[in-house]
Amino acid sequence: MENLEALTKQALGAVEQAHDVAALDQVRVQFLGKKGEITSLMKNLGNVAPEDRPKIGAVINEAKTQVQNAINARKEALEAEALNAKLASETIDITLPGRAAQTGGLHPVTRTLERIESFFAGAGYQVAEGPEVEDDFHNFEALNIPSHHPARAMHDTFYFDAHTLLRTHTSPVQVRTMEAQQPPIRIICPGRVYRCDYDQTHSPMFHQVEGLLVDKDISFADLKGTLEQFTAAFFERDVKVRLRPSYFPFTEPSAEIDIEWVVETPEGTKHGWLEIGGCGMVHPKVFEAVGIDPEQYSGFAFGMGVERMAMLRYGVNDLRLFFENDLRFLQQFN
Amino acid sequence: MKFSEQWLREWVQPADSEGAWGTQQLCDQVTLAGLEVDGVEDVAGEFSGVVVGQVVQREQHPDADKLSLCQVSDGNETFQIVCGAPNVREGLKIPFAKIGAVLPTEDGKGFKIKKAKLRGVESFGMLCAEQELGLSEASDGLMELPESAPVGDDFREYLGLDDKIIEVDLTPNRADCLSIAGLAREVGVLSKSDVQGPAIEAVAPTIDDKAAIEVSATEGCPRYLGRIVKGVNVKAETPLWMMEKLRRSGIRSIDPVVDITNYILLEQGQPMHAFDLAQIDGGIRVRMAEQGEKLTLLDGQEVELKDNTLVIADHNQALAIAGIMGGEHSGVNSETQDLLLEAAFFNPITIAGRARSYGLHTDSSHRFERGVDYELARNAMERATALVIEVCGGQPGPVVEALSEKDLPVAADITLRNRRVKQVLGLEMAQDEVTEILTRLGMDVTVNGSGDDVSWTAKAPSYRFDMAIEADLIEELARIYGYNRLPVRTPKAHTPLATAPEAKMGIKDLRRQLVARGYQEAITYSFVEPKMQKAMDPEVEGLALLNPISIEMSVMRTNLWAGLVGAVSHNLKRQQPRVRLFETGLRFVPEGNELIQTPTLAMAVCGTRMPQSWSTEDEAVDFFDVKGDVETLLARTGEADAYKFIVAQHPALHPGQTARIEKNGKAVGWIGAIHPSLQKQVGVKQTVYLVELDQDAIQQMAVPAFGELSKFPEMRRDLALVVNQEQQVEDVFAAIRAKAGEYLTNLNLFDVYVGKGIDPDRKSLALGLTWQHPSRTLTDEEVNDSVNAVLAHLEQSLGATLRG
Repeated sequence: MENLEALTKQALGAVEQAHDVAALDQVRVQFLGKKGEITSLMKNLGNVAPEDRPKIGAVINEAKTQVQNAINARKEALEAEALNAKLASETIDITLPGRAAQTGGLHPVTRTLERIESFFAGAGYQVAEGPEVEDDFHNFEALNIPSHHPARAMHDTFYFDAHTLLRTHTSPVQVRTMEAQQPPIRIICPGRVYRCDYDQTHSPMFHQVEGLLVDKDISFADLKGTLEQFTAAFFERDVKVRLRPSYFPFTEPSAEIDIEWVVETPEGTKHGWLEIGGCGMVHPKVFEAVGIDPEQYSGFAFGMGVERMAMLRYGVNDLRLFFENDLRFLQQFN
Repeated sequence: MKFSEQWLREWVQPADSEGAWGTQQLCDQVTLAGLEVDGVEDVAGEFSGVVVGQVVQREQHPDADKLSLCQVSDGNETFQIVCGAPNVREGLKIPFAKIGAVLPTEDGKGFKIKKAKLRGVESFGMLCAEQELGLSEASDGLMELPESAPVGDDFREYLGLDDKIIEVDLTPNRADCLSIAGLAREVGVLSKSDVQGPAIEAVAPTIDDKAAIEVSATEGCPRYLGRIVKGVNVKAETPLWMMEKLRRSGIRSIDPVVDITNYILLEQGQPMHAFDLAQIDGGIRVRMAEQGEKLTLLDGQEVELKDNTLVIADHNQALAIAGIMGGEHSGVNSETQDLLLEAAFFNPITIAGRARSYGLHTDSSHRFERGVDYELARNAMERATALVIEVCGGQPGPVVEALSEKDLPVAADITLRNRRVKQVLGLEMAQDEVTEILTRLGMDVTVNGSGDDVSWTAKAPSYRFDMAIEADLIEELARIYGYNRLPVRTPKAHTPLATAPEAKMGIKDLRRQLVARGYQEAITYSFVEPKMQKAMDPEVEGLALLNPISIEMSVMRTNLWAGLVGAVSHNLKRQQPRVRLFETGLRFVPEGNELIQTPTLAMAVCGTRMPQSWSTEDEAVDFFDVKGDVETLLARTGEADAYKFIVAQHPALHPGQTARIEKNGKAVGWIGAIHPSLQKQVGVKQTVYLVELDQDAIQQMAVPAFGELSKFPEMRRDLALVVNQEQQVEDVFAAIRAKAGEYLTNLNLFDVYVGKGIDPDRKSLALGLTWQHPSRTLTDEEVNDSVNAVLAHLEQSLGATLRG
């Protein structure tokens, strides 16, 4: 039995000395394996007096357990150490930039248009589009602007021939929609429009978005409500809206849409009104031109310049930037 | 229209319960009534201490050629002044800034006049030019005052300079406000104030001379008034008050007769004309022009008249284009002694567009084409006659009027229904208020019925050309009531769920796909430079604008590349190493007599494949990067197999790096590297890859149809095939698919190798083939049979061999 004690001690010492899992396994085989030194003691129990066997067996088992536990503990420790070493060796500089990737972005006009469309989509408006090279009828005649009407001078039209032109507004899309469909109509018409005018504040091509709602019992009050809600949604704050009487041949009553604008200047806060678009109740002659009964239906229309809205929203100060497509400008909207 | 605020206030003194309207309130009120005030400016700059002075003596400065030494009187004393103006002379009356006077400066601080020494001579004050007093932008020489100017009077008071110039931007329907009378009338309506202009009385004729007036074009000219005034002095001086009013409206003084007609136009709104009676042969004939008839206008240009143009002629020739511009020959000149004054009503339809067709736009045409009060001519004639006699003297003859009553406009009886007011404005307006507003606007109003069914019949005054239907009256009610007092409501919605076809992808999704792939959206002009357009699409003639802004924007694009390449170039010039742009928009392709406007998506890519980074090489982007981006778009349709890239030629693209993109055999787009010679032409150093796709083709999607998932294992075989270098991989794929059997589920090319160990004319393709059966496990034998069949076919049809 002294042998057992010595063996146990030796085994525990060897466990302690094992520096990796393989060495530890050798220790296990040496002492606890099928032919291991402690295992052999158990096999030699046959040489012990039968009455002593249970007692001695128990002692040997206890030693076996002791050694096995030591091995397990050592194994866990070694594994943890190995993992720690592996983890340490795998540590990276997480402050390095991610692998080259760059997303693009939408043009600010598209970004603005999509926002506007989404507000109106929520109220049941559908997007309608149409040709940009238009005929005189849809751009003017059907909108109660006969040839020689002084209002034509307000439009600075690009012509291809006497009857073909670049649309000066997206209103022809309203006409085409009303020609094709009876009320109720709720549409929003975004798109490119063209005016023969080019300076710091005018671009020969720009974008408009117009809305049209035709139904039974639609009044000027509905128009006012719609515009107030729209400007609040667009600017995400309460904006005072002022409708100022104006004249468009295709609406009556007609109004310019002004919003109150507050600018901080070195001389103090300045209040003013900024025009953002035009609106009005659809003119009975327009309804007649497209075959809608003005006695039965009424409707409103409004329109605004998209670049202008984008400039107000994002503080852009030069209209020409929208069409230069300079990445340093475009990427500010990504 | 620009006008003097003081002048308006001579006619009307607007006020409300809170007192008289100041300038700001006046401007706000008219703006909110639809007469937009565009600007308000001071008539003169801020200055003080300036009086009417007179040069009593002038001599040469002893030491300076260009300076004068003057003695200037302020009525009490005489001051020595050194003056450099060329027009200074003895007897001249001028604005005189005395010592202590403050003249206006840009910064608003003012410039104080002090005693000065000029070339050794003392000067006690300064003689002023208009510019120095802020009366005009530029001037040459001193401002010359009339002989009647009272020496010593404060100059500001003398000219009434504490006044503003107000500019209103009038919409085309409000021609009635293109005069002081009209503006005053409108202000009177808005403020409920009385309006009182100068009294107009008929001027009794003192001679019998009458012009013979024949109107053959009565439709265009329903009313024509003529009056002879004999013995006028056209050298008389236009009174200062009139000159000042004209000046404040932006009209230069010419001679007293022209000044008076201009004055009547501004004051009354009636354009008038004065002929030199001596130049009229026989009498006045108002007729349509002969086609090709010639007339030299007041501005000196000769025009060839068209037969749609109304003219004022004598028995020999055309004298004036009616309502637009007079002729040079018959106009008042310095020799004129006898006048024929004209005041007429010309029909807007006859005048509209005519001035523009001759490249003209005059104060007269501006008014006549919008509509001049058809009852105004007689009063205007009397007022003009009185002024001519007052200023130039002369003997008036009787007024001769040619009138065609049936051709005059007829004010419509417009019915306004209470119900409709409510329907359009969303407001129950008090019936008395409706009656009151319409009456205040000068309409003849009768009320019919009562209660909810009440209606009104209104007849508009002769100066309103924009009152014809019920909606016109409703707008007037809203305008006078105040748009901003009208109620506000949320529209009631009748909104059944919108249907959105799942088989159509929104353009928004396509844009976002490209954005996620690193593309920046661009918006370029739809019209481009013809040379660029031709380079991008030489076989199609783009639609040209008749009136372009410039040659750079004169022809409609037939594809989107000209604009995008321009944008790429713009960015490369600004040192951008990597440009990836896309644009959506129409392209405009003429086909026979038709113009096809196709929604298009285009891309332009240039520079490095990836942004510069520590982990990637700075490699240039190539065809396959861009093709991969396109394939992601096509894949989104769920029908990637429907699209094919076909070897093709496009004049703008590299002949060896171009594909036509087809969907089910139909061309839907292009992809390729820009043609090297075009690249050189546009001055871009790196290769630009260009893509164009019809939006429709990539917006049509397959609605997903579920297929059962196989529970059985996949079998994969990798093949290394050697084929000729020029062998298109597409054909290899097709050959494999043809023989691999129906259970081939995936075919993947995972390597292309050229080089050592391979015949230099050949290339090696590494392909992975995967099979799977939906309802059982495939056997090795089956798969091997398929592989053998594929290999045999490849060898036979394409000469492909297995790599040894």
